[in-house]
Amino acid sequence: MMGNAEHPWLTVVGLLVGAVAFGFTPLAMAWLWARIYSPQKQGAEKNATYECGLESKGDSWTGFGASYYIYAIVFLVFDVEVVFLLPFAVAFTGLSAGACLAMLVFLLLLVEGLVWAYQKDVLTWA
Amino acid sequence: MADDLKELKIELSKNGIFTTTLEELYNWGRKNSVWPLTFGLACCAIEMIATTMARYDLARFGAEVFRPSPRQADLIIVSGTVTKKMAPQVVRLYNQMPEPKYVIAMGACAISGGPFRDGYNVLKGIDRYIPVDVHIPGCPPRPEALIHAFMTLQKKIEEQALAGDARPRHLHAELPSEFPVPAFGEHDLEPPMNRDVFTAEPGNPLKVIQ
Repeated sequence: MMGNAEHPWLTVVGLLVGAVAFGFTPLAMAWLWARIYSPQKQGAEKNATYECGLESKGDSWTGFGASYYIYAIVFLVFDVEVVFLLPFAVAFTGLSAGACLAMLVFLLLLVEGLVWAYQKDVLTWA
Repeated sequence: MADDLKELKIELSKNGIFTTTLEELYNWGRKNSVWPLTFGLACCAIEMIATTMARYDLARFGAEVFRPSPRQADLIIVSGTVTKKMAPQVVRLYNQMPEPKYVIAMGACAISGGPFRDGYNVLKGIDRYIPVDVHIPGCPPRPEALIHAFMTLQKKIEEQALAGDARPRHLHAELPSEFPVPAFGEHDLEPPMNRDVFTAEPGNPLKVIQ
């Protein structure tokens, strides 16, 4: 039995120290090796943020065009609506008046978006 | 290693005792874990890709991990025609790689400009700007040629000294790890070559300028 009667946790402490040393010894050796055999050579290019070979131009704090929201709205109108329309059509005969009204309000909101998009000439192809 | 030590090592190995040095162990690890940069320029890149695939399997040499970032790569395989438009980017990528770093110039274009040598827009070999460790001729070189170049590089890494005056560039703290990036001049790249790297005389590559 390895344990000490006065200090029953001594084995665990020993194991803990061993476990930490097992993790840190390779790290310490790598650090020591790098100190001796890997001279640091810093440079403007080496420390540059961009790593595609090109020089970065301008400031990263620029404005982004928000016009993509139009596609998001049209996507909602044509795509997400269908997802809800299909179960609505299947369960139509068994629906209560309240459920039907809620669904029509939902449709109205989306049709509103369609009218708005139509007025903005978003629906033209060319 | 001194000759008598080498003899002792051979003598011991005959008796079943394996001995090594820290330097050999270190270089053995390095040569078997070279990570190339995911970087291709032209048709040679297709052969480079073929080399990494199952048929030729560059992974056998510990070099299957093509890194998408120069920060994680040890080797840049300049595979293809280096146009003058592209040359600054190649040099910049090389500069961003951590040391020790190696260069394989793959194919006729990368080593000399190849069939496009007389083109107004083609660099006559990437060794004008960065130090090339292994040149491979061919148009394009077959995957076997790239594997041979890789093995040649491995031999080179194996022989690099860890200490002393003969140690390679990356172990000399005073030698730079970055090389000047050429700029687009009016007619050519400025400067047209880096004289610290490119020691051959233009038009006469066998004559070396001291």
